[in-house]
Amino acid sequence: MDATVAHAPRGGPTPLFGAYGIVKRFGAFTANDGIDLEIRAGEVHALLGENGAGKSTLMKILYGLLEPTEGVVTHRGDIVRLANPDAARALGIGMVFQHFSLCENLTVAENIALVMPPALRGRALTERIAGLGRDYGLHLDPARPVWSLSAGERQRIEIVRCLLQDPKLVILDEPTSVLTPGEAEALFTVLERLRDEGRALLYISHRLDEVRRLCTRATILRGGRVVGTCDPQAETARSLAALMVGTQVREVRPKANRPRSADRLVVDHLTLPAPGLHATPLRDLSLTVAEGEILGIAGIAGNGQAELFDALSGERRAPNPEAVRLDGRPAGTLGINARRRLGAAFVPEERNGHAAAPGMSLSENALLSRHATAPLSRFGLLRLGAARDLARRIIEAFDVRKAGPDPAAGTLSGGNLQKFVVGREILAEPGILVINQPTWGVDAAAAAHIRQAVLDLAGRGCAVLVISQDLDELFEVADSIAVLHAGALSSPVPTSQTSRAAVGLLMGGAGEAEAHAPIAAAPADALAAVS
Amino acid sequence: MRLDLLPRARPSPWLDLLSPALAFLAAVLIGGVAVAALGVSPVQAFVTYFVAPLSELWSIQEVALKAAPLALIATGLAFCYRANLWNIGAEGQFVVGGLAGGCVAIATQGSQGFGSQGFTGWILPAMLAAGTLAGIAFAMIPALLRVKLGVSEILTSLMLVYVAQLLLDYMVRGPLRDPNGFNFPQSVSFDDAARLPALFEGESLHAGVPIALFGIGLGALVLARTLFGFEVRAVGASPRAAGFAGFSDARLTLGVFAISGGAAGLAGICEVAGRIGQLQPEISPGYGFTAIIVAFLGRLSPPGILLAALVIALTTIGGEGAQIDLKLPLDLTRAFQGLLLGLVLGADVLTRYHVRLVPGGPAAKAAS
Repeated sequence: MDATVAHAPRGGPTPLFGAYGIVKRFGAFTANDGIDLEIRAGEVHALLGENGAGKSTLMKILYGLLEPTEGVVTHRGDIVRLANPDAARALGIGMVFQHFSLCENLTVAENIALVMPPALRGRALTERIAGLGRDYGLHLDPARPVWSLSAGERQRIEIVRCLLQDPKLVILDEPTSVLTPGEAEALFTVLERLRDEGRALLYISHRLDEVRRLCTRATILRGGRVVGTCDPQAETARSLAALMVGTQVREVRPKANRPRSADRLVVDHLTLPAPGLHATPLRDLSLTVAEGEILGIAGIAGNGQAELFDALSGERRAPNPEAVRLDGRPAGTLGINARRRLGAAFVPEERNGHAAAPGMSLSENALLSRHATAPLSRFGLLRLGAARDLARRIIEAFDVRKAGPDPAAGTLSGGNLQKFVVGREILAEPGILVINQPTWGVDAAAAAHIRQAVLDLAGRGCAVLVISQDLDELFEVADSIAVLHAGALSSPVPTSQTSRAAVGLLMGGAGEAEAHAPIAAAPADALAAVS
Repeated sequence: MRLDLLPRARPSPWLDLLSPALAFLAAVLIGGVAVAALGVSPVQAFVTYFVAPLSELWSIQEVALKAAPLALIATGLAFCYRANLWNIGAEGQFVVGGLAGGCVAIATQGSQGFGSQGFTGWILPAMLAAGTLAGIAFAMIPALLRVKLGVSEILTSLMLVYVAQLLLDYMVRGPLRDPNGFNFPQSVSFDDAARLPALFEGESLHAGVPIALFGIGLGALVLARTLFGFEVRAVGASPRAAGFAGFSDARLTLGVFAISGGAAGLAGICEVAGRIGQLQPEISPGYGFTAIIVAFLGRLSPPGILLAALVIALTTIGGEGAQIDLKLPLDLTRAFQGLLLGLVLGADVLTRYHVRLVPGGPAAKAAS
């Protein structure tokens, strides 16, 4: 591993753009914590990191959407202030967003004209679009309405919009996340062409294979800090994954070996099309969770976690009943309350607005998921006293800190609200629990409390499926881990027989054979070197 | 230069109660300026609009008779609007309710009743039931079109208002026309058994007012204390969380449209069997549309709606007085009611957000 550590002496000519000591705080949360980044003309520079590592924040600072709390941005060695995107564009910084901002009912040319100065609109613009199309292979019919275009064609519009301003630096935010492999390949050709013209590209991604193919330098972020810079082409996908995922190895809690017993949650060849443009289809997904077992699902956000959760909870139904079985009973076509009556419980990722209604009181939020399975209503009339009792039991059992006797859910801190929604489901003593990102954005004490409660629940025989992006969490609680990538699930591997590096590799999309090649043995020393 | 709205950390409950009162005060002040510009003393206008209608027994009854249908319809509409469904067609459901109940009255015209005593006490309940059911059935058209075919309920419910009005117009000019009515487009006058009785001998206040109050009370109870009401509130508060609670969109849509259609139909037949006493081409001075304003002025809660209906009824009666006494145009009343709604909604925004003036260009393009 020859990754140079941050703050290594900087050599070479003055970079085109530099960012030094960038700190960005949102209240008490530090999204960027002293980041240095140099971008030179004619290079494709990768910005690598997991979700929440601080990539988006840094990118928004460079494009003038956010101002840093501390630190400076330089252009050819001079300090510049990027107060807004106009200032960034004036310096030659262009951006291709992950989610397109296009008007569906307008044509390609109209969409491009919208962002151009009025003097440049009209026929000349149509000719320039055609010219760029010829030069770069960005083929677009200016007269086509946007709604009739594929995701790849829409992205070309964004790229053309950006190129019309003749940028010196193009920032691309996860540009392949919505593209098919063929479209991605065409994009790479365009990007290589731009690089050869001497433009700089900042390529934000967590797809290791792409980064290795395109980029000559990479800056790797974790937890808001730069943890290394390297030449990705000299690295392996494995070593990049190790840098990205992190190496702070915590002691894995030894688990008692439970005898293999009845399967409680079975997903059998579940296939569902993507529910929307930016969603992920589920591809022939199968899994089994036995009594007392905790199965961890790792994966980078946007690889089908939300879709899998909705399919398991019944918020989205499967085409056939046998696709999901709860305690042996087919449940694929049942709704969420029918599944709850079969003994299942669910904790979605988003606390505010999905697991709980922030404007409603805690007792009403207790009703929200328990009205079908607890005696909280009679003849259609609510038993508000019983709901308040239930809320009080949850609050006591999970040490939920709150102001007032029955406050609105939205007034609780993230950790306390998460304890409430997890407690609400665990107090139902479910036979099957599906929990998505159990401790996302939660302080350490609350996270420990929640993980312990999940472990205790499994100890009482519940089958638990934990979907999480936090590998440390999965290694702490799960008996085995499978990786969700692009809507497909790898086969589960016992936690004791795998490593963070192997899982990280699968998260980046490497094949299973590559990931498990020297199972768990090799990486330990390599990982130690970079930490 | 642009305005940014920043959410307040915790909306003050004190401000929340005060904001409609402040909005009302602001509306009165702005209205006063408009009145002064028309050359009339604002103080005199205030007295005519807000004090005079409450100073005489007959005008107090008029206020109550106008407020009752508004509040009843608006309570039904509150269910729809809380669930983010937009029934704009209460006017049509009102008309159809009045028409259906009126048909019962006309069909039983001159009936001797059951048995030797000539029991005709069933006619009025049958009319009320027919009006309510017709309102429900008429509201089911946009609800079913939305549930089954995904058609926007806003358009269908609004367009059906014209269908209802033209249907009533056709019926009173054609099949239901009084044969002895000198070709006037109106039906026979209903028998006494088909009229809502007056509450006090010789006064105009009739049983439609307590019926409306009962309906509003029932609506408040359903909204606050039943699982269905909880469902409606949950969908309004957080649609995704309501999905997590397992509430079905289709059932909810049909349910809230049934409630709002039924309430409007009941209000319609109460108006026909109460004040009018026969069918005629126009049976509503726009109650179904005004009720939309009332529902939002009352912030979609039944007690608030009752208060808002009284304010709107008061300004309408007061506006008639102003037209006669001060020669102020009726449009001024409408403008005032619209102003009041705008200010109440604006005050609601200000209780939840800070306004900040930001120098520089338009809002930055939001990133991903």
